[in-house]
Amino acid sequence: MRGRRWEALLWLGPSLALIGGVVFYPAVALVGASLGRYSITGVYQGSVGADNYARLLQQPALPVVLVNTAVWVAVVVGITVVISLGLAQLLNEDFPGRALVRWALIVPWAASLIMTSKLFVWIYDYYFGALNALLTSLRVLPQPVDWLGEDATVMGAMIAVGVFVSLPFTTYVLLAGLASIPGDVYEAARVDGASRWATYRRLTLPLLKPALLVAVVLNAIYVFNSFPIVWTLNDRNPGFAHDTMVTYMYKIAFKSALRDVGLAAALGVVNVALILLAVLAYLRTVRWDDGDAAVSGRA
Amino acid sequence: MRRTALTAAGGLLASAVLAPYVVMLLTALKPDAELRTTPPRLLPVAWRPGNFLAVLADPGFADWLRVSLVVAAASTAIVVLAAAPAAYYTARHRFVGRTAFLFVVLVTQMFSPTALVVGLYREAFDLDLVNTYAALILTNAAFNLAFAIWILRAFFASIPREIEEAAAVDGCGRAGTLVRVVLPLSLPGLVTAVIFAFIAAWNEYIIALTLMTAPERKPLTVGITSYVTAYVQHWNHLFAASVLAIVPVVVLFAVIERHLVGGLTAGSVK
Repeated sequence: MRGRRWEALLWLGPSLALIGGVVFYPAVALVGASLGRYSITGVYQGSVGADNYARLLQQPALPVVLVNTAVWVAVVVGITVVISLGLAQLLNEDFPGRALVRWALIVPWAASLIMTSKLFVWIYDYYFGALNALLTSLRVLPQPVDWLGEDATVMGAMIAVGVFVSLPFTTYVLLAGLASIPGDVYEAARVDGASRWATYRRLTLPLLKPALLVAVVLNAIYVFNSFPIVWTLNDRNPGFAHDTMVTYMYKIAFKSALRDVGLAAALGVVNVALILLAVLAYLRTVRWDDGDAAVSGRA
Repeated sequence: MRRTALTAAGGLLASAVLAPYVVMLLTALKPDAELRTTPPRLLPVAWRPGNFLAVLADPGFADWLRVSLVVAAASTAIVVLAAAPAAYYTARHRFVGRTAFLFVVLVTQMFSPTALVVGLYREAFDLDLVNTYAALILTNAAFNLAFAIWILRAFFASIPREIEEAAAVDGCGRAGTLVRVVLPLSLPGLVTAVIFAFIAAWNEYIIALTLMTAPERKPLTVGITSYVTAYVQHWNHLFAASVLAIVPVVVLFAVIERHLVGGLTAGSVK
């Protein structure tokens, strides 16, 4: 039996080394950094205990950043799931050209997020952007709007892009959920003379619940972690008025005049804890187990 | 009638999804002077396909492209080399620590490097790995490992044991069986794992932004943003470079579309 254990280490060794060196080590380094003080060039200057956490709570920007993060995650995930329910229903039907539509939907998923974000900076541009040109020529807007410069519109503009890039993954998860519903369920409903909407509400939605839960929790984690959209679209605005916890942390650590590694690390630890909570919630919702049946690559 | 309505709705959806990328392509084809016209025109007056050649001839672009290719290819190779034995062993054997191992793998899949970026930077700083290929390659490999393990494990588990036993009788060791029998039979899974790992590394941004500060060490995602700064606004070159970077990955992504959801949701959608 002891031989078997060494054998397992041999086969799992490369994976364990990677995870240990690139996930665990930085996680420990993060906690360590949150308890220390660093010079502006990043040199360790000794321990400060929980001082960074106390300072984090005193940051004037923190309440705004927390609210932004909650709005960003909740609204992007909410709108994405509602739209994706419709898209999945459409793509689950058989019609000429469906394969082409499915390929089109892949584009925002496969494209680099930073490139899509830059594209939307251009589309939202006050003078030269396509959005203002379109909306003013259709007389939806009397005059152009500075989408990424006005406090009132920045978050909405970022959320629209967040939804746009989250739709493909969510739609595909819900499509897989729809595909797993056996057809004879619908036969029975048709015999009973149920209307389409009643069938959808009483049959499809409840049967889709597991896929919906997966889509919501995984999207919440992805959107919370999402960096390029907020980083790029909010680039012009000074201060932290439109930042989320992730971009706020990054600015504290690397960009603003603060360059405060300890403070950023303290916020990083909070972020990691929040994600861990979400991961545990996810594992509860999918009732994860390590049996072979639970792992299927064939969607 | 119903099919026509569905096709119309599908066409509308495809147009809405692709419209921003059409703006990207058309902007990439405009001369500098046409970037700043009010009101903006959708189509170029003078078409400039030469913008693509200009980007390809730019030594900066060549550097970023080389870094992206090296990092994506090397991290993909590491992913496969590390994931294949782990996926095979967990698919075929029950052992102490198996559940714990798979749990840790699942957690890493959901942990994007974003949350750990300050810790990753501390590690690279302490080990003197800032601006090295090794740091970027290993980070990408570690965070793309989980998907490859899930996908490969599912394919390995579906191969009948009898085939492997026959190979063992023919004198293949277990490593030999994996390389000569199991992997070839799992080719679709292997292709999916390779394409996914390559694209994820190709598109990675935040770690490259943080660790690669030397201009000639930046990958495409970070490098091309220098086409548009506070001082220069070459939107046409930015988007020509973006189109060149996006088109191949969209094609590759379409190839593995069928297997993506299963790998990303770790089998929870059945």
